[in-house]
Amino acid sequence: MSMVISINGLCKKYEKFSLKDVSFQAPKGYIMGFIGRNGAGKSTVIKCLMDMIPFESGKIELFGLDSRSFANENKKRIGYVGEDQYFYESMTAGWSLEFFGRFFSDWDNDYGYSLLKRFDIDPSKKVSELSKGMKVKLALAIALGHRPELLILDEPTSGLDPVIRNEILELLAETVQDENCSVFFSSHITTDIEKIADYVTVIDDGRIILSDEKDSIISKWKMFKVENSCRGEELLGRLIGVKKGEFGFSGITDKPDSFIKELNRRCPGARYKMENITLDDLLVRIAKESDTI
Amino acid sequence: MFIALSNNDPTPLYEQIKKQITEQIINGELPPGYMLPSIRVLAKELGISVITVKKAYEDLEAGGYIVTNQGKGSFVAKAGAEFVRESRLKEIQQSFENGISLCRELGMDSEEIIKIFNDILDEFGP
Repeated sequence: MSMVISINGLCKKYEKFSLKDVSFQAPKGYIMGFIGRNGAGKSTVIKCLMDMIPFESGKIELFGLDSRSFANENKKRIGYVGEDQYFYESMTAGWSLEFFGRFFSDWDNDYGYSLLKRFDIDPSKKVSELSKGMKVKLALAIALGHRPELLILDEPTSGLDPVIRNEILELLAETVQDENCSVFFSSHITTDIEKIADYVTVIDDGRIILSDEKDSIISKWKMFKVENSCRGEELLGRLIGVKKGEFGFSGITDKPDSFIKELNRRCPGARYKMENITLDDLLVRIAKESDTI
Repeated sequence: MFIALSNNDPTPLYEQIKKQITEQIINGELPPGYMLPSIRVLAKELGISVITVKKAYEDLEAGGYIVTNQGKGSFVAKAGAEFVRESRLKEIQQSFENGISLCRELGMDSEEIIKIFNDILDEFGP
């Protein structure tokens, strides 16, 4: 399996925040979701990928090529939509499409306009008259119009209503119908990622917590809810993101079988429930864990 | 082919896909040679991960229900018909067992049972 994105030991320091030894890979032809809470470092990683900011150490490869030495070549093959869209508000959507599209040598104007049509964007409308959702769709049309092999999206669905979010997700799924195309998108809306991502990478406080097939994560990790009579530190230490309550405590683990064994060993007969987790649970508990440290 | 996934079902998505396709192969709705949608198309239609569908297809192939030709697609295996036949035979066996045990409850012996069976069989014709 070839990797469209390969990051190794990425370190980047800001005054109050830093990326610490970030490493993960995104296989070609699939959709990878990049999740983490606000401030975890998602945008910073993406900006390093896009060679928009420098970094101190580590190696980033896109399409097998170094992200800095081949920055221009790589950019031709990438469609990027950032967190905020910067358009000339007084210009029309159509003008914006052509203006920004032409920066790409492989720009297909007819295709770009057909995307506007498909997104229900009136090319003669001024950008200032477009809603946030339509601006994102305009940015997507511009990003897709040069038929990129890799779509990099930084929080594309934040602040958008469920209807538009669904449209965008469907579009992403369509993009990877071509096995040569890959999607990498960051979001803190875990339900979006849960639906269509093939792979998920979780980042917290500048560190990669895990990176795996989405299905594996959902099946490996379980949430345990246990009665308080069994609240020993040893047992609690085996769970991540422990929440203690009046009527029981809970936490998650990727080793459910060994947890159950320990539980039965220490408190035979103790009541507990084991549940599947959502990516939301995962994010919240991981964040809780790192906050307690 | 009809596939509908349920979020309320605790069974993993790929199991649901396997089950629904297997059922339709066994009841003959998807005959041998029927071409299944490509993994990516099905993933898009169902709004789920490509890898989930891939897993289902791989399991179906391991179970002998479908055959995948690289580049051509995935097809219901000829052995699919065998499964249909086998499962039908099981149904038949079960029906006979039910009928016979009901007869026994009425106190009938084998001769009487065979007579009833033959009478009914005659109604069906040769």
